Amino acid sequence: MFSLDLAVNAIVAGLLLGGFYAAVTIGVTISFGMLDIVNIAHPAFIMLGSFVAYIVNSNFGLDPILIGVVMAPLFFLVGMGVYQVYYYAFERRGEESIQGLAFFFGLLFVGEVALILVFGVDYRFVEAPYIGPSLHFGFVDLPLRMLIPFLASLLMLAVLQVFLGRTFIGRAILAVSQDRLALQLMAANPSRVKQIAFGISIATASVAGALLIIIQPVEPSIGRDYIGRIFAICVLGGMTSFPGMLAGALLIGIVESITATFYGPSWAPAVAFGFLLLTLAWRPAGILGR
Amino acid sequence: MMSTVKFWIASFVVSIAFLVLTRWLITNEYYFFAGYQVLQFIVLATAWNILGGYTGYTNFGTGAFFAVGAYSAVVLHKLTSLPVPVMMLVGGIMSGIIGFGMGYLTLRLKGVFFAIATLALAIVAQTLIVNWDYVGGSRGIYVIRPQHAPISGSYIQYLYSLMLALTWVSVAVARTIERSTLGLGFNAIRDDELAAEAGGVPTLRLKLIATTLSGALMGMSGAPLPYYVTYLDPASSFNLSYAVNSVAMPMIGGMTSWIGPIVGAVLLGTIQQLATVTISSALNLLIVGVLLILFVVIAPNGVVGLMQSRWRARIR
Repeated sequence: MFSLDLAVNAIVAGLLLGGFYAAVTIGVTISFGMLDIVNIAHPAFIMLGSFVAYIVNSNFGLDPILIGVVMAPLFFLVGMGVYQVYYYAFERRGEESIQGLAFFFGLLFVGEVALILVFGVDYRFVEAPYIGPSLHFGFVDLPLRMLIPFLASLLMLAVLQVFLGRTFIGRAILAVSQDRLALQLMAANPSRVKQIAFGISIATASVAGALLIIIQPVEPSIGRDYIGRIFAICVLGGMTSFPGMLAGALLIGIVESITATFYGPSWAPAVAFGFLLLTLAWRPAGILGR
Repeated sequence: MMSTVKFWIASFVVSIAFLVLTRWLITNEYYFFAGYQVLQFIVLATAWNILGGYTGYTNFGTGAFFAVGAYSAVVLHKLTSLPVPVMMLVGGIMSGIIGFGMGYLTLRLKGVFFAIATLALAIVAQTLIVNWDYVGGSRGIYVIRPQHAPISGSYIQYLYSLMLALTWVSVAVARTIERSTLGLGFNAIRDDELAAEAGGVPTLRLKLIATTLSGALMGMSGAPLPYYVTYLDPASSFNLSYAVNSVAMPMIGGMTSWIGPIVGAVLLGTIQQLATVTISSALNLLIVGVLLILFVVIAPNGVVGLMQSRWRARIR
C-alpha cells in the first residue's frame, strides 16, 4: 500500500539517517580511501565511542555529543598507536594485504568480544533532552534524536573538509592520498603524515559512536551491521571525496528507509550490500567517479 | 616427495586408522562432540586456505558459506528424507554457486574489495534467512535426528565419521592443488597478479576455481550441522566466530602448505574446547582474536613457518 505521507516521511527519515551515516563513514573514507589502510575494525571503534558516551552519560549526565567531542583526542592517540603497530608489522615489510586485513579483522573481533565480556549483550542507551520530542511540519515528522545527529554529522564533515583544504597538515594528508612517492621526494615522511591522518580517522569514531547511541540503543554486536554499510557508502562515493561520500550516504539512507517503511525493517541490512555489489561490479569508481 | 595418488591412499589409510582407533578406544560421547568440532574446523581452515593461502584473497564470509550449507540441509530435511552425505553434496553445490557468483562480481577488482564484499555477504545471507519463515526465520528451527544411525554406533559417532571423511577429502584436495599446475597458477596470482596475467596465467578463471572450490567445501562442512546441534538459528549458524576461526587457524598454523591449517585448527580447536569447558565460551573467542593479532604481527608465517626457519637454521 503506497501513500504519499508515508513516502515523504520515509524520504525525510532517510535523509536524516544518511547524514548520520556520513559521520560513521568519514573515518573509513580517510583511512581506506585516502591512506589505503583497509581498516575494517572501524565499527569496533565506533562501538567503543558509543560505550564511552554511555558510561559518562549515565554517571555524570553530560551531553553525549559533548562527550564524543571531548573524548576525540583520546581516540586520536589510540588511532596513532594502532597505526604505529600496523606500520611496523605490515606496511614497512610490504605485507599490507592479507596479514594486514587479518590484523584489523582480529581487532574488530576482539573489540566486540571484549565489550560483550564487560557490558554483556543488553541494549544500552543515553539520556539527553532532545531524545523523544520531534518537530512537525504539516504531515512531515522530524524527530530531534535524528535531526541533532544529522546536523552534528554535517558540521563534523564541514570542519574536516576545511581542515584538509586549508591547513598545512590537511594538505599533507591529501598529498599522501594522491602520491606517496612524490611526498617522499619532497623530503616529507609519508608514514608520519599517515599516522596523524589515521589518528583523525579514529577520532571521528568517538563522535560517530556518540551519535549512534543517540539514534538507537546499542549493544556490542550491532557494529557488524555497519561494515557493509560503511564500505558500500565509501565505494559509492568514489573513495576519496567527502562530498561524494555524503551523496552516497544520503542515497543509502533514503533507500534503506524506504525499504524499511514498505517492506519491513528486517530487510534493510541487505540494501547496502546490494548497492555495494552492484557498484563494485559496474561502477567501481563510484557514482560521482569518472 | 610423495606423489599425489600415494598421498590420497596414505591419508585415507591414516583417516581409517584414526576412525577405528577413536571409535574403539573412546567410550565417552563428549569426545565425539568435541572431535566433530575440531574436524569441522580443519575442513573450514583448509577450505579457507585454498583461496586465502594459495591465491592470497581473503574471505571473511566463512559463516555465510557454512550456513548456506546448513540451511540447504534444513530445506532438504523438511522436503525429503535423503541421507546426510547427499545433503552435504547439495550444500556444497549451493555454497559453491554462491562462491562463484561472489567471485565473478568482485574478483576483477583489487583484492580488498573481495574481502569487504564477503564480509557484507554474511550479513545479507543472514537477512535472507531471518526473513525466510520456511526454515524457521529468526526464531530458528528444530531438527529431529533419526533414531538410528545408518552405521553402527550412536548418531554423533556417525556424524563424526562423516566429518572425518570430509576432512580427508578436503586435505587431500588441498594437497593435490598444491602440487599441481593449478597450485602454481594460484601462487603466481598471490605473488604478483599483474606479472601472472602478463605471463599468460588465466587469473580470473583460476580465482573463480579457487572461490568455488573453497565455498563448496565450507558448505559441505555446514550441512551436517542441523543434525549435530538439532536446533538451528541464524544468530548461531552465521556466527562471526566461524569466520574468525577459519581466518585465524591457517594464519596461526601457516598458509603456504596443507599442513598449516591442520596444525592451526587442531591447536586452536583444542584450546577452545578446553576453554569452553573450563572457563567460558565468550573468553575462548577472545583468545582466538588475540592469538590471531599476535601471530600476524609477530610470526606472519605461522607455526609451520617458525618450524621451517628453525630447521633451516639447524642445517646451516
